[in-house]
Amino acid sequence: MRPDTPEAAAELLRTLGEAGRPVRPRGGGTKDWGPVVEGAVEVETGGLARILEHNVGDFTAVLEAGVPLAEAQAEFTAHGQMLAIDPAPSARKAGRGEAAGRGRGDATVGGVMAANDSGPLRHRYGSMRDLVVGTTVALSDGTLARSGGKVIKNVAGYDLGKLFTGSFGTLGLIVRVAVRLHPLAPDTASAVGAGDDPSLLGEAARALAAKPLEADCLDLDWRDGAGRLLVRFGSAAAADQARATVAQMRALGLSECAVIEDDDELWMTQRAHQRGECVLKVSARLTDLAAVCRTGASVVGRPAAGLYWLSLPADAGAVAAARAALAPRSCTMLDAPPALRADAWAAPDPGALAVMARIKERFDPARIFRPGSFVGGI
Amino acid sequence: MVPEVPARDLAPLVAELRAVVGDEWVYTHEHQLRTYESDGLLQYQAIPAAAVLPATSEQVQAVVRACARADVPFVARGAGSGLSGGALPIADGILIVTSRMKRVLELDLANQRVCVEPGVTNIAVSSAVAPDFFYPPDPSSQIVCSIGGNVAENSGGAHCFKYGFTTNYVCGLEVVLSDGELVVLGGRELDPPGYDLLGAFVGSEGTLGIATKVWLRVVPVPESVRTLVAFFDSTHAAGEAVSEIVQSGVVPGAIEMMDKVAIEASEQMAHAGYPVGRGAALLVELDGAEQECKTRFDQVVALCERCGSDDVRVARDETERQLFWKTRKAAFPAMGRISPNYFVQDGVIPRTKLPEVLEAIDALAAEYGMVVANVFHAGDGNLHPLVCFDGRNAGEAERAEELSGRILDACLEAGGSITGEHGVGVDKKKHMPKMFGEPDLDAFQRLRCAFDPAGLANPGKVMPTPRLCGEVPGVYRQHPLEAAGLAERF
Repeated sequence: MRPDTPEAAAELLRTLGEAGRPVRPRGGGTKDWGPVVEGAVEVETGGLARILEHNVGDFTAVLEAGVPLAEAQAEFTAHGQMLAIDPAPSARKAGRGEAAGRGRGDATVGGVMAANDSGPLRHRYGSMRDLVVGTTVALSDGTLARSGGKVIKNVAGYDLGKLFTGSFGTLGLIVRVAVRLHPLAPDTASAVGAGDDPSLLGEAARALAAKPLEADCLDLDWRDGAGRLLVRFGSAAAADQARATVAQMRALGLSECAVIEDDDELWMTQRAHQRGECVLKVSARLTDLAAVCRTGASVVGRPAAGLYWLSLPADAGAVAAARAALAPRSCTMLDAPPALRADAWAAPDPGALAVMARIKERFDPARIFRPGSFVGGI
Repeated sequence: MVPEVPARDLAPLVAELRAVVGDEWVYTHEHQLRTYESDGLLQYQAIPAAAVLPATSEQVQAVVRACARADVPFVARGAGSGLSGGALPIADGILIVTSRMKRVLELDLANQRVCVEPGVTNIAVSSAVAPDFFYPPDPSSQIVCSIGGNVAENSGGAHCFKYGFTTNYVCGLEVVLSDGELVVLGGRELDPPGYDLLGAFVGSEGTLGIATKVWLRVVPVPESVRTLVAFFDSTHAAGEAVSEIVQSGVVPGAIEMMDKVAIEASEQMAHAGYPVGRGAALLVELDGAEQECKTRFDQVVALCERCGSDDVRVARDETERQLFWKTRKAAFPAMGRISPNYFVQDGVIPRTKLPEVLEAIDALAAEYGMVVANVFHAGDGNLHPLVCFDGRNAGEAERAEELSGRILDACLEAGGSITGEHGVGVDKKKHMPKMFGEPDLDAFQRLRCAFDPAGLANPGKVMPTPRLCGEVPGVYRQHPLEAAGLAERF
């Protein structure tokens, strides 16, 4: 089902709510994350794909949830701006979407928000929760509700945008999003430094993160028992900053240190490694870098944010072993075969889980949004 | 205005509170309670039944449990520097003051985290992590305001255009819910499993519970800071400069503007040698990597001159930089020298609407025959018009409040918000329906009810009209025949 307006989406959800039909919201269909709910109706946002406002002078935009992120970025880039979120491109084309025309198979703004996906720019700009300034959602009783606004600073009312970021389509359908934009860097350049000792890499990452580098990105790339740190600068003096960072990397004991001025390819590859057949996301700390590398997985890391994406063999034993090795850190199963996704989430604080259950009851009174698929069986 | 609960005998509850925190930390005498009758917004006053000063999370929990059992509402208060009446007590309710909870509990600089109790002041967080790190949100009241209050209000400050707000730096909270349950939202790590309750809690103005521990993210102190003040003939010209600077891709740490009235008042107090009579002063601060900062700063100086500034003063050293900031921060208190009373407004507009909204404010000031001084965070369009009046003249306070409200209408018309950083509290709840429709307010209430079904945490704030939570709507249960695909209910 594919509503064309927010009002139509709300009306459709009210009808589905009354009928008690389970619903799975779908944007570009690039992220099959979370457990499968049998028999769920897919409500697609492909009919809600208008860029409603791009307020160039204000560095804000209002987008319908189904706008493909790439299309929004093309609009912003034309004006020297960006939405500072750069999740990995899809691991594989969404099967059913491929032939259906424009936008299918591309991640949408609403989908990136619902899945709380992010890429290397996370290091400097945070995630969707830090970029969304307003949102409109459609609920299972037909309510169409708005929070926030379209200005970058605003504390009126509760922040439902954050509540819906990372809700994986279990609370309602995100239909519209207002975002803050940032200037596009005039130039970029990166510094890379390698090492095969996880402790050395961990210490180097800690030391670099503690310096006032003002880098756009600081990533870990670890595979086959060797790794490197990648630091990207986006500024008029990017190459100078990268050169200075290379010197610091050498002093920290990293090897093969180099400046890469033409660095788009480097970061495309790094982003792509964040997706795969079996990817476990770990919410950890900067100082956990070495422990994460020692799991034996291939790792894409944002050390300063303490977030790591582990590529593992697609079998339950490997996933369980990685979870055990990293306990008590929370691990979330992302890309994976359905059997592994059945147990996707770590357990939240019990008290917090009780509040989450009450939030689910209040926001999804018909209990149709991916019922039973979220943390604690919510 | 002030929500009332029926007068009844609270002596048993007060006795219970004394048993929890000790006699000396429960105030019930009117002369003691007067201290707490208002927060930073003095036009609202209320005397609570008791003020309680717990020392630990466990004590907060016990106090809230006692309130819940007695079905008595409570209000949390940090330093009481809020500007929207968010910490206004409830008559016959309990005021829970966090000022004794001021320990720094954990310092984990390797992970750029610090954990503090809610009564710790904003400035003390930066002091605790100095000299290599700092905590960016910096409300003007940072010397006194508490982190617990900052969490409740999602406080901003002069540097939030570049660095963001409190909500971007809080990564975990320990919270006492209104039934006395102690829960952890978020934690030391980012992206924890489940709904982002942390994001919903920060900025909820004390209506979802009381934060008793706060985990904060801190960041490295920038390599270089450069500050200038440029004077212009008009706020229009200064506004042009702001637009030019931001359009050029520069993201300053701060861009602050003062108009003619504000310059004059501040100069009387700070003596920075500012030229009285100029139409606008623009304070621009850049921070970051040395080389980048220098290049961008030269660009900013050139842009200010191109937009008509013939007087650009660059801070030569830290002393002069502090003087520029002192002058900016003196703007509010200095207003007391030129006017017996004033209201501070806190509207937000899309930055490009600055000229037309400033014109609208001028027109309103002329219509009401009142002086309005303008001080604002120009980068993010957060206006603080100061409406000057003399409360001794009958009806003037009311007219000033009306004018202040009409300024908000102008902000909303321009696509903005009724509050950028001071919060809704009691002061602005009447304006909420201008910004949000009934379904929006209903969605807010759903969130509130999930956290506080009994409605005991700071009731009467934020929401325009009192609402009860009621039962959760009946959860639909699927009939087995439907589940088996043998029947449909359409």
